[in-house]
Amino acid sequence: MDKKTIEAARGRAERGERLSLEDALALYEDNDLLFLAACARKMKERKSGKSVFYNVNRHINLTNICTSGCPLCAFQCEEGDKRGFVLETEDIARILEEAKGVRNLGEIHIVSALHPTKDFDYYLNVVKQVRAALPEADIKAFTPVEIVHFSQMTGKSIREVLEILQAAGLSSLPGGGAEILSDRVRREICPKKATTAEWIETIKTAHALGIRTNCTMMYGHIETIEERLQHLITLRDIQDETGGFQAFVSFPFHPANTQLAHLQRVGSWEDMKMMALSRLILDNIDHIKAFWIMLTMPIAQLALGFGADDLDGTIGEEKIIHAAGAKTNTGITRSKLRQLITEAGFVPVERDTFYHPVEDANLPAEKANLDDARSDDAKAGGREGAVQ
Amino acid sequence: MYSSEDYKDIEAKIFAGERLTREDGLRLLACRDIAWLGSMADYVRKKKCGDIVYYNVNCHVNLTNICTSKCKFCAFGKDKDAPGAYAMSVEEAVAKVKEAMQDPNLAGLHIVSGLHTDWTFEDYLERLQALHDAFPHLYLKGFTGVEITHFAKISGLTVEEVLLKLKAAGLQAIAGGGAEILSDRVRERLCPNKATAEEWLNVSRTAHRLGIKTNASMLYGHIETMEERIDHLLKLRDLQDETGGIQTFICFPFLPKNTELGEMVEQTSMWDDLRMIAISRLMLDNIRNIKAYWVMLTVPVAQVALGFGANDMDGTIHKETILHDAGATSPTALSEDRIIRIIREAGRIPASCDCNFNIIRMFTEKDQQAQVAQAAQQ
Repeated sequence: MDKKTIEAARGRAERGERLSLEDALALYEDNDLLFLAACARKMKERKSGKSVFYNVNRHINLTNICTSGCPLCAFQCEEGDKRGFVLETEDIARILEEAKGVRNLGEIHIVSALHPTKDFDYYLNVVKQVRAALPEADIKAFTPVEIVHFSQMTGKSIREVLEILQAAGLSSLPGGGAEILSDRVRREICPKKATTAEWIETIKTAHALGIRTNCTMMYGHIETIEERLQHLITLRDIQDETGGFQAFVSFPFHPANTQLAHLQRVGSWEDMKMMALSRLILDNIDHIKAFWIMLTMPIAQLALGFGADDLDGTIGEEKIIHAAGAKTNTGITRSKLRQLITEAGFVPVERDTFYHPVEDANLPAEKANLDDARSDDAKAGGREGAVQ
Repeated sequence: MYSSEDYKDIEAKIFAGERLTREDGLRLLACRDIAWLGSMADYVRKKKCGDIVYYNVNCHVNLTNICTSKCKFCAFGKDKDAPGAYAMSVEEAVAKVKEAMQDPNLAGLHIVSGLHTDWTFEDYLERLQALHDAFPHLYLKGFTGVEITHFAKISGLTVEEVLLKLKAAGLQAIAGGGAEILSDRVRERLCPNKATAEEWLNVSRTAHRLGIKTNASMLYGHIETMEERIDHLLKLRDLQDETGGIQTFICFPFLPKNTELGEMVEQTSMWDDLRMIAISRLMLDNIRNIKAYWVMLTVPVAQVALGFGANDMDGTIHKETILHDAGATSPTALSEDRIIRIIREAGRIPASCDCNFNIIRMFTEKDQQAQVAQAAQQ
């Protein structure tokens, strides 16, 4: 790529202007990580000032028995596999009982597999059960991939499925399963699940119904850089149309235990570069999440310097990514999260699903002095998990 | 450019290539804008060293872990009769390196050891000489200022005489360890039984005078104050002004696990580690190379550190033991392929070098393309 194109792209990034695919490719190739960080941080501060958000949530993975058999996944297994599990009503009741004791629990996050025999009513009843047990908590559940599966199972339209779930208490969608929105890539990494068009249709329908969603990207497998950056621009186009995305979350691909185990996990350099580029390209999405479960906490903390403004939650128990060998802990305390945010020079803000600050007089005061506020990598999962 | 407003004056100095003061250093340590700090350090790195990132294909040889100094931050040193205590014979040392020689690209050794209760200087010297005789093509870097001070004490020789004997036995460069924090307040509390700040500096000064290059280091994140960190950097900068013999600077974040301080000190964060690398690059304006020592930083941090002023990735190491005794979670060795990949992903040019930064092999983009083409053919 010629110097002039790179210089023009740098200028636009620095001024916070909209980037074209060509600009994005130029910035990628330029590979000036700290320049991207500075530009991304400027855009972050325009959107959310000094605030860095987190929420108190609980993840529930209902089952890992899945018909889609995606080569990219280490979580799913077939029926009859000894690793298989399905949560039934009483299992969920037990989890919800435990969740009731969590102070300020703001959100239940439910993502699962496409079970071969569980019908739509099973999933619907889970939503109803959560709504009844925790009337105050937001229910963020089911990726577009699952919604498309429900639609195919029931013969109902995507819109009908979403309306039924919404009436039962669902308030947002987590936005997973986007992977890379390119049918070439999807044919190789997830041939049996929702296509690009289906994912987009589900998201647009949800937004039309007033259901806010997140959007995601899984990178570092077989996609080209152009496909990766085009994916971000596709998300930006959707957002221009609907405005329904709250946050973008990117997942570096963890190859261990998947059918793509011959690939190597991209490095932390690439993670930070994608973090900053996402912030810059997605100029119409308010929040960029550093999903610490995927990145490890030290890298997620670092991502706050690269445009991220959300550290996700104090997740109760995460199974999907840990199946792929993530070495992070499965939960973190509120005070630890606040300390990490403060150390990075930002103001921790506890939020609900819709990024409204949660008022709580009992939240701990932050240590102002950096030396007192040192984070503890060992407890937060160690750093080495990020790059294998 | 894109600076923190409060740091405009420091930014102007950096762009003008002016020396930063102690006061500037302390202000940088209070700066939370890590992207700005990194971009400043990266600017200086690029101007001073370009895009080459150095690494060694090396093997660590720790001759013994039996040590009289009992430093509070150390999880490696042991009493002679403690379980796990060892002292390599000449043959064992040679055998260890022979095993590492399975890597045909092995270029040299890094030899650092405990201050053995009974060994004389001759015992150390004998092992060095044996390694040099057995593997004459390997470069030999080793012995910290602490060990050399110890050798002088136990042998009755001067530091200069010790250095000359080591040099005659094949030593080509001095390791940078043992500097810890060059403050007698800190050393009295953490490592009272080993070289003082002045003794450590004196070894480096003497070595430089004799034409032996050295490395320098800092161990931070224990009981030192922020002032002591900056003063440490300034002491090294002053010495370098005087002699010019320091080749690379290494920041060691303290790993508290399994040490006497484990209960009272929390491990530094990645945030702290990266800002220390950046500040080192900015303060040490007369030291050419800044090392991202992956063993202590972990690989992800070391890679990102290449954007924060570092231009040296240390080595493949073969099998690291000292820091892994202190609970390091990094691997004990990296393959050369992996180091090359880490450096390339950061957009830099990997170059393997000897202990005096002479380039042995460089991997430019052209080489990379040739390799890809070759792989495609196969």
